[in-house]
Amino acid sequence: MANEVILLDFWPSMFGMRTRIALREKGVDFEYREENLRDKSPLLLQMNPVHKKIPVLIHNGKPVCESSIQVQYIDESWSHKNPILPSDPYQRAQARFWVDFIDKKMYEAQRKVWASKGEEQETGKKEFIELLKILESELGDKPYFGGDDFGYVDIGLIGFYTWFPGYEKYGNFSIEAECPKLIAWAKRCMQRESVAKSLPDSEKVTQFIADLRKAFGVE
Amino acid sequence: MASSTILLDYWPSMFCMRARVALREKGVEFEAKEEDLTNKSPLLLQSNPIHKKVPVLIHNGKPVCESLNVVQYIDEAWSDKNPFFPSDPYGKAQARFWADFVEKKFSDAQFKIWGKKGEEQAAGVKEFIEAVKILEAELGDKPYFGGDSFGYVDIALITFYSWFGAYEKFGNFSIEAESPKLIAWCKRCMEKESVSKSLPDQEKIVAYAADFRKNNL
Repeated sequence: MANEVILLDFWPSMFGMRTRIALREKGVDFEYREENLRDKSPLLLQMNPVHKKIPVLIHNGKPVCESSIQVQYIDESWSHKNPILPSDPYQRAQARFWVDFIDKKMYEAQRKVWASKGEEQETGKKEFIELLKILESELGDKPYFGGDDFGYVDIGLIGFYTWFPGYEKYGNFSIEAECPKLIAWAKRCMQRESVAKSLPDSEKVTQFIADLRKAFGVE
Repeated sequence: MASSTILLDYWPSMFCMRARVALREKGVEFEAKEEDLTNKSPLLLQSNPIHKKVPVLIHNGKPVCESLNVVQYIDEAWSDKNPFFPSDPYGKAQARFWADFVEKKFSDAQFKIWGKKGEEQAAGVKEFIEAVKILEAELGDKPYFGGDSFGYVDIALITFYSWFGAYEKFGNFSIEAESPKLIAWCKRCMEKESVSKSLPDQEKIVAYAADFRKNNL
């Protein structure tokens, strides 16, 4: 049976980017479908009735929801090349821990940087920089979070990089000044075709953030 | 080298209970070290510097944190018996999805029932019942969430059963009336020694929650 892979996604989503990268790492042909989040498609609502969110991966008609679960599924379904998770149970646990950390902490913190102002924004900025420093410390001198090879944690984090110029603009700070090693890591990841092809231009994302700020009345 | 397995634990934590159930399912001998969360041990702070939370599994000196992560690790490190996941990737993805649902929706809602009052508590009861009905629909007529075998989603969810007495008392509602199938599943799980040995009595949890409410609300 032919492999039919559809990805319901939203172009600036750092979570959707994870799934795009994983599919490309494995050389999987897929159909990308852009969702309008203010007018969700019947297919999206049918395939993710519980959360009604993107990304949704539909493989031979069967949906997989939640980006980190999709990346693990892709790794296990196309296990012939470019392993995403390590094989050792302890290293796998470490990789899962860090993506869980990103999921739990990063989204809320980064949101405060661009979606709020005044004291709330200052607190958000402080938290966000702290998180980045924790991640940079975990990276250490390794080329990638997993060591020599690009993997699960790298995929979990790199999508946020397209949002960095936006954070810097509206938060009025330099991420490279705070975390130079993390920026070096991001540039290293961007050299991979799977990443470069899956991430939108930062300028487009920054414009998207500007539009959101206007819509939320932050400006 | 002798294998050493230590669990940094806290008796009423439904998250710690998951690790206990998982270890017992695999027949692993472990040492549970009870933590005082108002005075965390140096070992805890050293083993989980990021979150400083329990449970922490320390296996041959190496720490694993976050309860669902601990359960998955236990499944992979002791893969010779009682697998927690089906073997096919889609089945695994489904199991991970539902455990994540428990984590995202069920867990937050239940805290509001015993940890809050007034409007917030009422909202918690409503969200809890909604989550329970979704879970009940997912369970369907299967004996366990994983199908014929007790597995990952069952482990993720059953530990909250020890808190049902507290939810009913402080939320003033009956879980069985809302979801008889879920209660039937709970009782089926409790027949397993790995579960019954790992969960405290509901009365002890009710007393714990009452204490918390007295001191915090």
